[in-house]
Amino acid sequence: MYRYDPYDQKIVDERVAQFRDQTRRYLAGELTDDEFRPLRLQNGLYIQRHAPMLRIAVPYGLLSSTQVRKLAHIARSYDKGYAHITTRQNVQFNWPELKMVPEILGELAQVQMHAIQTSGACIRNITSDPFAGVAGDEYIDPRPWCEVLRQWSTFHPEFAFLPRKFKIAVNGAEQDRAVIQCHDIGLELKRNAAGEIGFRVLVGGGMGRTPIIGEEINAFVPWQHIITYNEAILRVYNRYGRRDNLYKARIKILVKALGVAEFKRQVEEEWAFGKDGANTLTEAEVARVAAHFTTPVYETLAGEDAGYASQRAANTAFAAWARRNVLAHKVPGYAIVVLSLKNPATAPGDITAEQLDLVAEWADAYSFGEVRATHEQNLVLADVKQADLFALWEKARATGLATPTFGLLTDIICCPGGDFCALANAKSIPIANAIQARFDDLDYLYDIGDIELNISGCMNSCGHHHVGHIGILGVDKNGEEWYQVSLGGSQGNDTSIGKVIGRSFAAAEMPDVISKIIDVYRAQRQDGERFIDTVRRTGLDPFKLGVYGEAAIIERKQHA
Amino acid sequence: MPKLIKNGRVIDDAAEILVLDEVQGPEALSLPDGPVFVPLAVWQAHKGALSGRAGLGVWLDSSESVDDLEGDLDSIGAIALNFPKFTDGRAYSSAALLRSRYAYTGEIRAIGDVLRDQFFFMQRCGFDAIQPKAGKYSDAQLEEALASLKDFSTPYQAAIDQPEPLFRRTQRAA
Ligand code: HEM
Ligand code: SF4
Repeated sequence: MYRYDPYDQKIVDERVAQFRDQTRRYLAGELTDDEFRPLRLQNGLYIQRHAPMLRIAVPYGLLSSTQVRKLAHIARSYDKGYAHITTRQNVQFNWPELKMVPEILGELAQVQMHAIQTSGACIRNITSDPFAGVAGDEYIDPRPWCEVLRQWSTFHPEFAFLPRKFKIAVNGAEQDRAVIQCHDIGLELKRNAAGEIGFRVLVGGGMGRTPIIGEEINAFVPWQHIITYNEAILRVYNRYGRRDNLYKARIKILVKALGVAEFKRQVEEEWAFGKDGANTLTEAEVARVAAHFTTPVYETLAGEDAGYASQRAANTAFAAWARRNVLAHKVPGYAIVVLSLKNPATAPGDITAEQLDLVAEWADAYSFGEVRATHEQNLVLADVKQADLFALWEKARATGLATPTFGLLTDIICCPGGDFCALANAKSIPIANAIQARFDDLDYLYDIGDIELNISGCMNSCGHHHVGHIGILGVDKNGEEWYQVSLGGSQGNDTSIGKVIGRSFAAAEMPDVISKIIDVYRAQRQDGERFIDTVRRTGLDPFKLGVYGEAAIIERKQHA
Repeated sequence: MPKLIKNGRVIDDAAEILVLDEVQGPEALSLPDGPVFVPLAVWQAHKGALSGRAGLGVWLDSSESVDDLEGDLDSIGAIALNFPKFTDGRAYSSAALLRSRYAYTGEIRAIGDVLRDQFFFMQRCGFDAIQPKAGKYSDAQLEEALASLKDFSTPYQAAIDQPEPLFRRTQRAA
């Protein structure tokens, strides 16, 4: 992975010094609350319901074991002993003290980490494919490009106060695993007919209260020009994006207002000035950065480790885990392992300091010292030998990190919701835990198969409910917490936005509602059909019928 | 006298920022003696009379476009860009455009809700003059605030103050 040189280190060190002084001035009364707010936000520091929350950047989800150990140390020393993996591959601490934050940033800087670009109306931390470099369907490794873009966007002086936050995601494989269609800019790495590398550029995707799927504005921007092209997009957005209404300030609203053709015209007009300028990338720079992402020294192994096969045959629990949480690796004899953070006893995405230390240990022992965070709020060890899987599983299982449900109904994406977040309409963690408790039978979960259930505690959609096959959204009805259910959303190549099925439900009803939806699916599905495919084929009516009964359907038809 | 940060130093500055009110629309033209920044609308209404006036500057609000000054820039000695709120970042693009696309070499001044924590970004985008609101900082605080111009010594990306990105300025070891 990328290792800082003295230039990178200096920027992060200077950032710590800057924020230390800003915090000092704030505590001394020299900065007003309004003036300090964006400064602390730009260092990832939110004020939540109970305490400040500190979001730490994990650029494109990549962590070294040293960094993971530091996170464990921070969780223990400055927080309540745990951390949270977010839907943007970052890490959050829920209980740090404001006056300690400069110390925490100082500790992070020691391991080449920071909280830059984790909040505020700037270009946010860039997200990517958690299986970058190891997936069999990869065309081009996105990590060097993410790093190049990270450096370009760090403290970009012109774009530090955009109309609103700005999120970029990069994917470089046949399957989109970075939700690029729901980002302000989605970049798909590809090769043109001549074999040259470039980017397909999507703009104006996003979730929030106005979910929109991004549209292509350029089918192929050659790699040399990706920075200047991004700058053109951002300049048009910075100048003309709405600033009068927070809810209409994202780039998606500008793109919709202008139409994608006119938006593209403006971008390309702007690009004509910047193109071939100093920010044009050089071979040398790309090679320098790419050299940090070399292939690890893999051993030459058989494609199928014999021991691994017999261990699966002998141990059903191990086989169950291997079936879901172990994924194919492009190198024979190796595997990608998903360490699940969806233990039903804890909040989705939460991990304790002790677990973090263990993950670091396993990374060193089995996976070249690296860990990845996923937007689905799990961790990944990307380079494990098949022969080591059993030993790893036993250790992970002993500490609750081997829940064998990756990609199943209970592998829920879930925002912190009303337990932590001041913006929440409703709690989301207890709903996730209640659904996990209801669906605790593994065979049943396997029978349901691949499905995504996402929960957000309010319209801001931090839990990606719009793109969940089943989406749950917390809503407020006269001060009470209610939940609206949508179906048919999906991330990935055929991204779609879910549709609401009808009136919302009380918290206690939610496990039953999900049961009814699953019953409809099992009754309706054709051979081998995934949940999402059934919903797409049948439409919502059978599900509405199953959930609300005959009466509701008749009533609706009469109104129509 | 009001203070101004100019080229990295605190100096006295006598320029007045003329604000239109109900009494004085852009048609009327009664200017104080001495250096003054007139609103864009006044400039547009009185270009002929104002061109070449000593100490004349034009100020633009964040919603106004520097593109409207194309062709006039040779006759304007200074341009001030207003930050109605420090979180309104349009003036960064305006300044960068003036310096790059329009090759403007006169003073570009940041006015309005101008805070020290944004000095670094302002300077990078081509502002050579920075003027926090009168009373915002004491003289001592303003001197102290000069440090913020140097918050980061080696930025990554190209901008106005540093037209080459780091990867072109230096040979970084792999
Ligand atoms: C104090 C806590 C938080 C606050 C105040 C907050 C606020 C917001 C707001 C206001 C939006 C809507 C932005 C818009 O559409 O313009 C949003 C979106 C989002 N947030 Fe959060 N959030 C918080 C925590 C989180 C957490 C913990 C995660 C990850 C688990 C997260 C990930 C996201 C994502 C992925 C979006 C997505 C949609 C998008 O940008 O289009 N946020 N957040
Ligand atoms: S979706 Fe709403 S409740 Fe959940 S974390 Fe985001 S802002 Fe908070």
